[in-house]
Amino acid sequence: MNYLLGAFKPACNISITFSDGKNRKQVPMKKENGQTATVPLFHSQETISGKVCIEPYQGKKVEHNGVKVELLGQIEMYFDRGNFYDFTSLVRELDVPGEIYERKTYPFEFPTVEMPYETYNGVNVRLRYVLKVTIARGYAGSILEYQELVVRNYAPPPEINNSIKMEVGIEDCLHIEFEYNKSKYHLKDVILGKIYFLLVRIKMKNMDLEIRRRESTGAGANTHVETETLAKFELMDGTPVRGESIPVRLFLAPYDLTPTHRNINNKFSVKYYLNLVLVDEEDRRYFKQQEITLYRLKEDTSS
Amino acid sequence: MIADGAEDEDKWLAASAAAFKQNAFYMQRAIDTNNLKDALKYSAQMLSELRTSKLSPQKYYDLYMRAFDELRKLEIFFMEETRRGCSVIELYELVQHAGNILPRLYLLCTAGSVYIKTKEAPAKEILKDLVEMCRGIQHPLRGLFLRSYLAQISRDKLPDIGSEYEGDADTVTDAVEFVLLNFTEMNKLWVRMQHQGPARDKERREKERGELRDLVGKNLHVLSQLEGVDLDMYRDTVLPRVLEQIVNCRDEIAQYYLVDCIIQVFPDEYHLQTLDVLLGACPQLQPSVDIMTVLSRLMERLSNYAALNAEVLPYFLQVEAFSKLNIAIGKVIEAQEDMPILSAVTLYSSLLKFTLHVHPDRLDYADQVLGSCVKQLTGKGKIDDPRATKEIVSLLSAPLEKYNDVVIALKLTNYPLVVEYLDNETKRVMASVIIRSIMKNNTLITKAEKVEALLELIKGLINDLDEPQGLEVDEDDFEEEQNSVARLIHMLYNDDSEEMFKIISILKKHFLTGGPKRMKFTIPPLVVSSLKLIRRLPVEGDNPFGKEASVTATKIFQFLNQIIEALPSVPSPDLAFRLYLQCAEAANKCDEEPIAYEFFTQAYILYEEEISDSKAQVTALQLIIGTLQRMHVFGVENRDTLTHKATGYSAKLLKKPDQCRAVYACSHLFWLEDHETIHDGERVLLCLKRALKIANSAQQMASTARGSTGSVTLFIEMLNKYLYFYEKGIPQITVESIESLIQLIKNEESVLSDPSAESFFASTLRFMESQKQKGGAISDRYEEIKV
Repeated sequence: MNYLLGAFKPACNISITFSDGKNRKQVPMKKENGQTATVPLFHSQETISGKVCIEPYQGKKVEHNGVKVELLGQIEMYFDRGNFYDFTSLVRELDVPGEIYERKTYPFEFPTVEMPYETYNGVNVRLRYVLKVTIARGYAGSILEYQELVVRNYAPPPEINNSIKMEVGIEDCLHIEFEYNKSKYHLKDVILGKIYFLLVRIKMKNMDLEIRRRESTGAGANTHVETETLAKFELMDGTPVRGESIPVRLFLAPYDLTPTHRNINNKFSVKYYLNLVLVDEEDRRYFKQQEITLYRLKEDTSS
Repeated sequence: MIADGAEDEDKWLAASAAAFKQNAFYMQRAIDTNNLKDALKYSAQMLSELRTSKLSPQKYYDLYMRAFDELRKLEIFFMEETRRGCSVIELYELVQHAGNILPRLYLLCTAGSVYIKTKEAPAKEILKDLVEMCRGIQHPLRGLFLRSYLAQISRDKLPDIGSEYEGDADTVTDAVEFVLLNFTEMNKLWVRMQHQGPARDKERREKERGELRDLVGKNLHVLSQLEGVDLDMYRDTVLPRVLEQIVNCRDEIAQYYLVDCIIQVFPDEYHLQTLDVLLGACPQLQPSVDIMTVLSRLMERLSNYAALNAEVLPYFLQVEAFSKLNIAIGKVIEAQEDMPILSAVTLYSSLLKFTLHVHPDRLDYADQVLGSCVKQLTGKGKIDDPRATKEIVSLLSAPLEKYNDVVIALKLTNYPLVVEYLDNETKRVMASVIIRSIMKNNTLITKAEKVEALLELIKGLINDLDEPQGLEVDEDDFEEEQNSVARLIHMLYNDDSEEMFKIISILKKHFLTGGPKRMKFTIPPLVVSSLKLIRRLPVEGDNPFGKEASVTATKIFQFLNQIIEALPSVPSPDLAFRLYLQCAEAANKCDEEPIAYEFFTQAYILYEEEISDSKAQVTALQLIIGTLQRMHVFGVENRDTLTHKATGYSAKLLKKPDQCRAVYACSHLFWLEDHETIHDGERVLLCLKRALKIANSAQQMASTARGSTGSVTLFIEMLNKYLYFYEKGIPQITVESIESLIQLIKNEESVLSDPSAESFFASTLRFMESQKQKGGAISDRYEEIKV
């Protein structure tokens, strides 16, 4: 059957390399099939340049109607899988129609590309950047090759970053005051704070701080919201008495978080919440949810 | 139910321990392969076993100890990791990623310990962070153990003075602050245990709390070990803070234990200097706290401190320790209205011991304590709590033990007032204690008023108290007690005869009301004591100053007569009889003929009227003869009367041998070697002859009655008498009479074979032989006797 398969094999091997491929940071990315691959990392306003190498298999030639490379920024909604919405699309024509007999290399460059959104893999949506090489052929269908890339964008530390402070409670039962030191955290940040008990009339088992991600997709009536709990961090064990103050110190680094995304291209939003949960001895849960903004801070090169 | 509970608990512990072991094993494997990530993961899982709520403190402790051991290994591993280049700051962050708080905090403490050791950050910062973070555990049992782990690992890392972790500026304050904070939090958790769970488990809960108390107390111990906690630090920071926590926690168990803890762990010197602070806290404690035990221990400690270090005594004065304690005790008693009498007495007892040790020269303090005690006892009637009674005895014994001198105790005006509150039984015990003390220390009591006071104290032994019916004193005990009183009399002594006479007069006054049972014991020593006094009196008319001596022998003899007279009314005639004779002898020495005669007369009357038992008669008669023989004061007429009577009594004895012996004893009455006036050989011979006659008839009676004889001894005795007088050279005793007597015995003896008589006779003969050998006049006289 080998010869049969051989008939449908693409006639050539296409490889895409980046000009700074060796130095560029690689990050792991989960592919659709569940495996993790490492892909190069880019930031907005960077120049993406490299080479496309087409190497026909021995004894074969590739006839084509032109070769091009595209840089695509796509959003894919999972309820509409396979249908990509391109919000960015840049094209470089690499070759005029003709035939390729032997290995041929085309350099390409997209200078200072605007990539406003970060790569995102959510529950119902994903946003990806991809380099797509197309060898257009008339009869046998085009030969395509993709190279994924990850985009991450740094945000400057916010100028205003108020603490979150609030008093909540159930009348004559439980009154607490909690405080988180900021409302905006970068991804490697640590949440500091304290929970102050003003009134305790219930027997508590424990108190947790959860980080929840709320991903909403679609718009209007079709809005779909998915909430995930990414972190469950126990803050307290047992029942405190009135006047007790429990410290909060939650490191964000170990969790798989992304920056907050607000209304990306009118397609989706990703928001983060801190959820303070008190569990009483009858396993009743009392909670209060607060939104926090996550952003990606430019990492210190030294660390 | 309970048994099931215990069984279940064992099962749970076993399950926890198994899971624990497994994770510990994985952790160890990760450590062996230098896999930090896995080591953290498995250690967190392992520590999760400590999150259980099912175990009692004891079982939980079991689990905790396992964790403690494993965490030591982990700590060493962390240390190695930092040496291999792992940043300790990162490590400190890494352990905080654990989702569950309890494992997280155990790991944090462990990492913190390593962090301090690397000195990459000041110890105080890390400690502060740790103690703050531990607030996350609000469950009492788990919190207590976590914090005690923190205390344990931080102990050698406190930035104390002289410690390698000491920082630049006054970091000892931080060390103290850290321990105080941990202590406060632990105590809060510990107290909180009391209020959890149903009320019916209260007892079990209190037991469990008792098992955990040392975890809390340990912190105080750590504080006391800190170099940096000097007196100033203790006074200004440590003590106020600790007391504040103790007072505010309003928990009986905690307050009792912790105040005691303070007293036990910190140096005495500190207590002394901060006495008012410590005492000031006492009335603020819960009313149910057993404050007296605590205070007692404090006083005990201070007393011992004072006892062992004489040089600190000035400080005691300087800080007015006594008055502070006294006031504090007053306040405590005031604050705790329904304080049992036992407690109050215990407190005063301790205070008294304290002041005795510390201010032995301030008798007024001791008296003040007794006074306060009396005030407490007033209106409460006699004490019926046996423990309180015991405590009072101890209270009263304290001054005696301290001063070893009852005279000082007698100066305490409140002393007898306290005694008043004892029941009769205990009064007697107390009296015995006092007497023992006197005897032990040979304390002489020389003042009449002291004697009076002493007698007041030991009234229980001297008088019948209004004894409730049916309370029988054990005979032996009674005898013992009275004997001790008798011994006591000899300790009441003054060289000055006037004072001494006062003393004995007081004694007489008390003893004569003591009832018949006691007089038997108390009168003889009093008589002896009086006789001693007589002997010391200056010879009459020998007073160079011409001063009228108020105490004369005559007076004392009158006095004696009165007390002895009291005896026959008691069924103790022989005793009275003997005492009369003794007095007579004393009078003899004082050349008081009429008095001596009077005493003899009294003795004779007693002999005739009261002494009826034949054996007693024999003994009494021997006494009469013996005494009379020594009397030289009598004129011829008086003497004749008395000797005549005595010989008369002798012949009237019931048994022949007794008669015989008494009669030959009478012979001595007529020959006094040193007194030329009493050399009446005729009457001596007469007596001996009469005795011999009686012996003969006794011999005959014996042989007719039983066909045997026991009275050859009588003859040998007679022989000895003959020899005695022969030696003295009484002309009426002839060689012939002796020879015939020897012959008589020999005849008798040939018939008899009484071994004791035989040897008696043999030794008599040997004596004669030896006298012969001696040479001189006596030897010559013996030569004349032909055996």
